[in-house]
Amino acid sequence: MYSFNYLKPGSIKEAESLLSESDDNKVISGGMTLLPTLKQRLARIDNLIGLEKCGLDKIILREGLLNIGAMVTHFDVSNSALVKTENPAIAQLASHIGDRQVRNRGTIGGSLANNDPSACYPAAILAMSGTIHTTKRDIKAENFFVDLFETALEEDEIITSVSLPKPERAAYEKFPNPASRYAIVGIFVAKFDSEVRVAVTGAGEEGVFRCQQIETALSAKFLPESLSEINISADGLMSDIHAEADYRAHLIVELAKRAVAKSIAR
Amino acid sequence: MTEVTLTVNGKKYTQNVFDHVLLSDFIREKLKLTGTHIGCDTSQCGACVIHLDGKSIKSCTMLAVQADGCDVLTIEGLADGDVLHPMQRAFHENHGLQCGFCTPGMIMSAIELIKGKPDITEQEIRQGLEGNLCRCTGYQNIVKSIQEAAKNENNLTNR
Repeated sequence: MYSFNYLKPGSIKEAESLLSESDDNKVISGGMTLLPTLKQRLARIDNLIGLEKCGLDKIILREGLLNIGAMVTHFDVSNSALVKTENPAIAQLASHIGDRQVRNRGTIGGSLANNDPSACYPAAILAMSGTIHTTKRDIKAENFFVDLFETALEEDEIITSVSLPKPERAAYEKFPNPASRYAIVGIFVAKFDSEVRVAVTGAGEEGVFRCQQIETALSAKFLPESLSEINISADGLMSDIHAEADYRAHLIVELAKRAVAKSIAR
Repeated sequence: MTEVTLTVNGKKYTQNVFDHVLLSDFIREKLKLTGTHIGCDTSQCGACVIHLDGKSIKSCTMLAVQADGCDVLTIEGLADGDVLHPMQRAFHENHGLQCGFCTPGMIMSAIELIKGKPDITEQEIRQGLEGNLCRCTGYQNIVKSIQEAAKNENNLTNR
């Protein structure tokens, strides 16, 4: 690892000002991606700004929305009584991210800011039309995820929390890579009063995306059978050593059916 | 350099460390507690698992400065003199290891895994060990060891 200084600001304001001082300053939350990257010398940083003392670790209900602080760990999301009541699907999703030790350190804010194309949380936030609150503004999920490992965040902008509306029904299904546990394909299905939203992670060449074909079919009738005639095009889907694009296309439909069934059974 | 103070296996240490030093390296090289192993550089193998404020974490994926003020438990802190911790004894009695390299991490993960779960299933144990790799045993006897320790969970004291 290259050497760096580790800073522990006591407030988010202070963290923001430290971050804006240099392009070579970076924020760290759980560090489950950043630290391995630094260990491999794939990144070089002057100052690493830890957010652990910035008070971003609360889960609250605010104006009817579930608000999860950026520094809340996957374990705490999966284990919170409030999350389990308000949004059991995201609690279940969090309980299957990475491995146990990753869940004890990794955070929702870190996962969203990193926007790994195979991460689980982006699918949930996009499907539930969440809002990402930052030090500068509120960003709708639709405008937040830009491309692989790229978000709408500016260089000196920090995620503070995420707000999620309560869906009538929702569930996440993933097909994990047997070695890495990352999603080869992950599907989050969310049914609201006015619409059905379906987001896909792990499969898109540009990261997480919504699948209109499945949304339309489920809006007509919210049942797994509604998807039996659906064929998803492999265009724009990833092909890599883990899976071909057409296999991922097949998985999208299959996992969507399972997610719908799971959300109805819940 | 930053001064950090942390409690490791009940003993308080205050040391100056470079900010980029990993907690695993700090434990092994500064404190000379070499029971915590380093088996990979990609955060996947779990040989370095310790407890930080009661939670299992990979000490190779955390900085020593981040553990300032924390309570750390390593494999060396489990046995009471010559008396093994129940999880260590279960691994010993069920042949839950071959080469033994992954064992410290396995045991630290397993202790957290069975906490409050005397009836933990084989499936739950296997899933709970996702973050720990073993290249010798095929996991069979590791799972068996953990299941037995879980049954004796009433005797487990988490120190």
